[in-house]
Amino acid sequence: MAAATDDLLIEARGLTKRFGEFEAVRGIDLAVHRGELFGFLGPNGAGKSSTMRMIAAVSPVSGGTLRIFGLDPRTHGPHIRGRLGVVPQLDTLDQELSVEENLRIYGRYFDLPRAECRRRTAELLEFARLSDRAGSVVDTLSGGMKRRLSIARSLINRPELLLLDEPTTGLDPQARHLLWDRLYRLKQEGVTQVLTTHYMDEAEQLCDRLVVIDEGRIVAEGSPRQLITQYSTREVLELRFPARDGSASTAELADQLGGVGSRQEALADRVLIYADDGEHALGEVHRRQLRPDSALVRRATLEDVFLQLTGRSLVD
Amino acid sequence: MTSGAARAAAVQFALYRRLLASSVIVSLLEPLLYLLGLGVGVGALVDRHPGSQVALGGLTYLAYVAPGLLVSTAMTLGALDSLWPVRGGLKWNRTYHAQVATPLDAGDIVGGHALFMTGRALISVGSVAVVLAFVDDTRTWGLIPAVAVAALVSLAFAMPCMAYAAATESETSFPAIQRFVIIPLFLFGGAFYPIGQLPVLVQWMARTFPLWHGVVVARAFTADHVEALATVAHLGYVAAWIVVGWLLARRSLHARLHQ
Repeated sequence: MAAATDDLLIEARGLTKRFGEFEAVRGIDLAVHRGELFGFLGPNGAGKSSTMRMIAAVSPVSGGTLRIFGLDPRTHGPHIRGRLGVVPQLDTLDQELSVEENLRIYGRYFDLPRAECRRRTAELLEFARLSDRAGSVVDTLSGGMKRRLSIARSLINRPELLLLDEPTTGLDPQARHLLWDRLYRLKQEGVTQVLTTHYMDEAEQLCDRLVVIDEGRIVAEGSPRQLITQYSTREVLELRFPARDGSASTAELADQLGGVGSRQEALADRVLIYADDGEHALGEVHRRQLRPDSALVRRATLEDVFLQLTGRSLVD
Repeated sequence: MTSGAARAAAVQFALYRRLLASSVIVSLLEPLLYLLGLGVGVGALVDRHPGSQVALGGLTYLAYVAPGLLVSTAMTLGALDSLWPVRGGLKWNRTYHAQVATPLDAGDIVGGHALFMTGRALISVGSVAVVLAFVDDTRTWGLIPAVAVAALVSLAFAMPCMAYAAATESETSFPAIQRFVIIPLFLFGGAFYPIGQLPVLVQWMARTFPLWHGVVVARAFTADHVEALATVAHLGYVAAWIVVGWLLARRSLHARLHQ
């Protein structure tokens, strides 16, 4: 039994977080095991960051129970934080210091001996592909380099659990892919990771298991594949019709498409038809004398699940 | 094992090391300009005035002003470096947020700031004292304890300013603190003339803040007129400002970082 609890790095029951009257997290249950890459997926303001800050033993829990490494963050905050790595949503790098100084000084926060800080700094510069920028002042780095430095810095204490809050927001595709590659390498080295994202491809690529969180509650849980199977069809047919004005025409269109696929959704610019066989559904559309400008059959993604669960209004 | 405060201060000392040369030159220049302008310029007038020696306790004007400048320089440093930089740690470069994600806590951050401000005051004021040691009127061993007193006064302003900067929502009031507290204290806090010259109300305002107490003690050291009881009382008052400011700073920073 001891091995089983030792394996459970995060355990939450009925976890809530209130800021005055506002309830940001409304009773969530979680269990994250050693070696997992676990994701929080949700729109802005869903409660992802609040949950992460509680797990990071920085923000006090308002209600329910939370155990990190089997310990209560209320009473063991510093100890828990000593075993965590945190990559915050907003960079907290020391902009006026060099890349290398950032790593060394952060190591000192964990009371690592100076020699050890230097050794790990060299290792992490290599890992983050920043060795040739070791002496550069952080201010002069690109966004992708800064994020890589943030991740490298969070690893200085060799954390058992790494918390990443929207690690790739605002990065260009190359920078994102390089970052994903580094996170994947860490996973292979056995570092447990919890990340929040609102990028579906990121969640699908990286996460073993994830929860979809909306308005402070968990609305779905599973592996990306399980969620797609459970909440979507195998394929999605996307149709674009010539611009017609007014909602009457949309209603008319919905009428004409009635019964095609297992579910339909009319967006501002296109109609989505959820079907296990997209080509078959497209044949049916053509049989009904409908002439879309374009038609695309694609595999269902986590995005379809996400939109289905959290509604179309992906607002800030 | 190193204390949390020392570890938290590592980042400020690293930044300071980068700016050390320019920082020392700037913090030397200002007090030395005042010393030249007032100590030598005004001093020439004052010292010619019959009875000035009595009013200044047997000192030349330059010797009278020097310890006052040491302590008021330390005050300005302590106050201003605990307003904007503390806001920065919370809001702009978010250093404090990075620190509380590690085993460090708000108490360590306040301790680290105190440690850094003490070091900074000792270096800045100490380098002014070194220059004073080359001038006949101001050369005395009393400069050494005077520098220590200046560092205490620096902290007595740094800690309450840190508490204020952590508690307030915006930094728009910071220039007002500079203009309506720090500059008046600089002028009316006993650095340039005995506060007995001032209206009673202003005298009491000067006595409320730690600056005047520090100036009196530092001057007693450089003039070699130390009275044990008065020194303990004045320094005790300065220490009370440090302790209360420290506790308030820790409380407001904790509330701010652990929401």
